[in-house]
Amino acid sequence: MTSNSLVYLIALPLFGAAVLLLSGRRSDRWGHIFGTLMSAGSFAVGVSLFLKMLGNPTGERALTQKLFSWISVGSFQVDAGLLADQLSICFVLLITGVGTLIHVYSIAYMSHDLDRRRFFAYLNFFIAAMLLLVLGDSYLNLYVGWEGVGLASYLLIGFWNQKPTYATAAKKAFVANRVGDMGLSLAIMIAFATLGTVSFQGVKEHASQASTGSLTAIGIMLLVAATGKSAQFPLQAWLGDAMAGPTPVSALIHAATMVTAGVYLITRSNFIFDLAPTAQLAVAIIGAITLLFGAIIGMAKDDIKKALAASTMSQIGYMVLGAGLGPAGYAFAIMHLLTHGFFKAGMFLGAGSVMHGMNDEVNMRRYGGLRKFMPITFATFGLGYLAIIGVPPFAGFYSKDKIIEVAFNAGGVKGIALGTAALLGAMITAFYMTRVVILTFAGSKRWDDKAHPHESPFLMWAPMVLLALGSVASGFFFTHGNSLRNWLAPVVEATPSHEGELLSPAVVSILALVLVALGVGYAIIKYLLNEVPQVAPADVTVFTKAARKDLLQDNFNEAVFMRPGQSLTRGLQVADTKLIDGAVHGIARFAIGSGNLLRKTQTGFVRSYAMWILAGAIALVATIWVVTL
Amino acid sequence: MNPANYLYVSALLFTIGAIGVVVRRNAIVVFMCVELMLNACNLAFVTFARINGNLDGQVVAFFTMVVAACEVVVGLAIIVTIYRSRRSASVDDASLLKR
Repeated sequence: MTSNSLVYLIALPLFGAAVLLLSGRRSDRWGHIFGTLMSAGSFAVGVSLFLKMLGNPTGERALTQKLFSWISVGSFQVDAGLLADQLSICFVLLITGVGTLIHVYSIAYMSHDLDRRRFFAYLNFFIAAMLLLVLGDSYLNLYVGWEGVGLASYLLIGFWNQKPTYATAAKKAFVANRVGDMGLSLAIMIAFATLGTVSFQGVKEHASQASTGSLTAIGIMLLVAATGKSAQFPLQAWLGDAMAGPTPVSALIHAATMVTAGVYLITRSNFIFDLAPTAQLAVAIIGAITLLFGAIIGMAKDDIKKALAASTMSQIGYMVLGAGLGPAGYAFAIMHLLTHGFFKAGMFLGAGSVMHGMNDEVNMRRYGGLRKFMPITFATFGLGYLAIIGVPPFAGFYSKDKIIEVAFNAGGVKGIALGTAALLGAMITAFYMTRVVILTFAGSKRWDDKAHPHESPFLMWAPMVLLALGSVASGFFFTHGNSLRNWLAPVVEATPSHEGELLSPAVVSILALVLVALGVGYAIIKYLLNEVPQVAPADVTVFTKAARKDLLQDNFNEAVFMRPGQSLTRGLQVADTKLIDGAVHGIARFAIGSGNLLRKTQTGFVRSYAMWILAGAIALVATIWVVTL
Repeated sequence: MNPANYLYVSALLFTIGAIGVVVRRNAIVVFMCVELMLNACNLAFVTFARINGNLDGQVVAFFTMVVAACEVVVGLAIIVTIYRSRRSASVDDASLLKR
C-alpha cells in the first residue's frame, strides 16, 4: 500500500534542524521548544501510521511511498522511496518516542549551555537521518541515512569541542565508522554487480539466483558495516570515547538508536544471511565475542558513562548474536533491541541526572549513598538495572533469556559454545551493573563537601519515569501471545527452530537466574560489604589492568594499524620528495643548465649573428651538395 | 661567351659581400656589402634565365631590386638614427640588447 504521510516522519525533524541552524542566535529563546515539537510531531505521525498498519490485514501492512526517481542510468534504476513495514515501524516508534523523551530531558539538562539551540538542531538532524536509515527502501537510501547518523554522531560527540580530547573522541568515532561504511558501500557494489539491483525487494527476489560465494561476500561486508556502526568487535574502540558527548546524546545515539543500526541492517538483510550460512555464523560469533568483551570492560570501569557504554557494547553483542542465529533469532534480537532502548536510555538519563547533581563528576568512586538525595533517579535507574540483568518480570528477562535459549538450541558445538558465552555474559552483566548501582546509590558518601547532590528538575525525571515504565512492562508486552514475533513474521519469516531442543526455556531461565544471582552476590560482597577506596587500587591483576584500558583495543589498533600507517605515509612522503619532486626538479635543472650553455652564443654583436647565418647557409649548401653528389 | 663565367663573377661578388658583412664594423659599409650580395644574387638569377631560355629568373631579379630599394630606405633611416643618438655608426657598439 502506498501512503503519502511517510515523508512527514523525516521532513518534520529535518525542517526543525534546518530552521534552528539557519536562523542562528535569533531562535535561541524558542529553539529547544521548536525542536522538541518537531520530534514529537514525527512521533505522532509514527503512531498514526502504526495504528493504520494495525488496521490492515497481516500481509498488506507494509506502507510505501515513492518520492522521486533518484538515479536512472540505463537498466539501473534507483528511486528515492520509503518503506514502512513491520520492522521499520518498530524502529520508527523507538527513535521518535525515545528521541522525543530525550529532547524533553535535554531542555533541562542543557539549560545552562549557551549553544543549546545548536544541540537541538543536531538532535533533530539525527532523528531525521536515523528515520531515513530505517525507512529507506533500498540499500542506497539506507546508506544516505547511515552516513547522516554518522555525521550527527560526530557533531554531537564533539559538541563541546573546545576540549581537544572531546574533539579527538569525535574524530575517532568518525574514522572507526568510516571503516564500517566502506564495508557497506562494498556490500552495495557487490550486490549491484551480482544481482543488478540494490532495492530490498529486488535483492530479496534475486538472492536465490546468486552464488553462495557472492552472497557470503555481501554478508561479510554487511557485517563489517554493522561492526563499525554498532561498536562490535573488532571496530568497537570508539564507543567508550564517544561518551565525551553530552549525556542525552549518549542515551539517544550511543545506547538506544544509532548503535543498533547494525542489528537493523543484519535483520533487514535476513534474505541474504539465510542463504549464506558462513556469513551468518560469522555474525553470531562476532556477537558472542563482543558481548563478553564489553562485559569484561564494564567490570573495570570507574567512569559511570563508560561503564554503561561497555554495557551497551555487550548488550548489542547479544542482539547481533540473536540476529546471527537466523530466523529463530531475528525477532528476539529486535525485541532485545527495543527493550534495551528503554532500559539503557533510561539508565543513561539517570547517569546524566546523577552528574547533573554532582557537578559533572563521572567517577563512581566519588559517588556513594546517593539514593537518599535522588530518590526518583534511584528508582528509575534501579528499574532499568533490574531489567538489564534479567530479573523477571522486567523487560530484559524476556528478551535476553530468549536469545540465550535460541543460542543453546542452535544445534551442535556451535549452540553450546554460543549459549555458554551468552550465559556467562549474563552473569558478568549482573556483576558490573550491580557494581554500578552500589557504587552510585548505596554505601557511604565518598564525595567532597563541594558537591551538593540534589534531585533533578521535573523535565529531567519525567522522561526517566516513562522510560522506566517501558523497561518494566515492554518485555511482557512483546512476548504476550508472541505478539512481537507474529508482528515481525512477514519481514523475517520466523520459523520455529527445527533442531531438537537442547534446553527447555525453563532450564535456561533457571540457569540464567542462578548465574545472575551469583554475579549480584559477588558484587554485593565486594562493594557493599567492603569499603570502596576513593582511588582505584593499583595492585590489581594484569587482567583488570587490561580491562581498565578497554582490553588494550587502542593499543592493538595503534600497533597494527596506526604505526604501520604512519610508516607508510612517511615512506610515501620520502618517495614524494625524493623521487617525484626529484624528477621534476631534475628536468627543471636540465632546462636551466642547457639554457645557460646556449646563452653563451648570444653575444649581442650583429656581426657574429651574421657569421652564424653564413655558417648555417654554407653548411646547408654543403649538405645538399654532399647528398646530391 | 660562356654563361658560366657570369656565375663565377656572381659567386665572387657574393663572397666579397659576405666577408664585408662579417669583418667590417661601419654600419654603412656593412649595408653596402649586403647590397653587393643582393646584386650578386640578381646576376645569378639573370644568368640562369639566360641559360634556361625563359624569363623566370629576370622576373625574380626585379622583385629583388624592389625589395632591396625598400630595405635601403628603412635600413638607412635606422643607421642615421643610431648615428644621431650615439655619434657612431659602429655595429659593435650597438650591442645593448644582450643586457
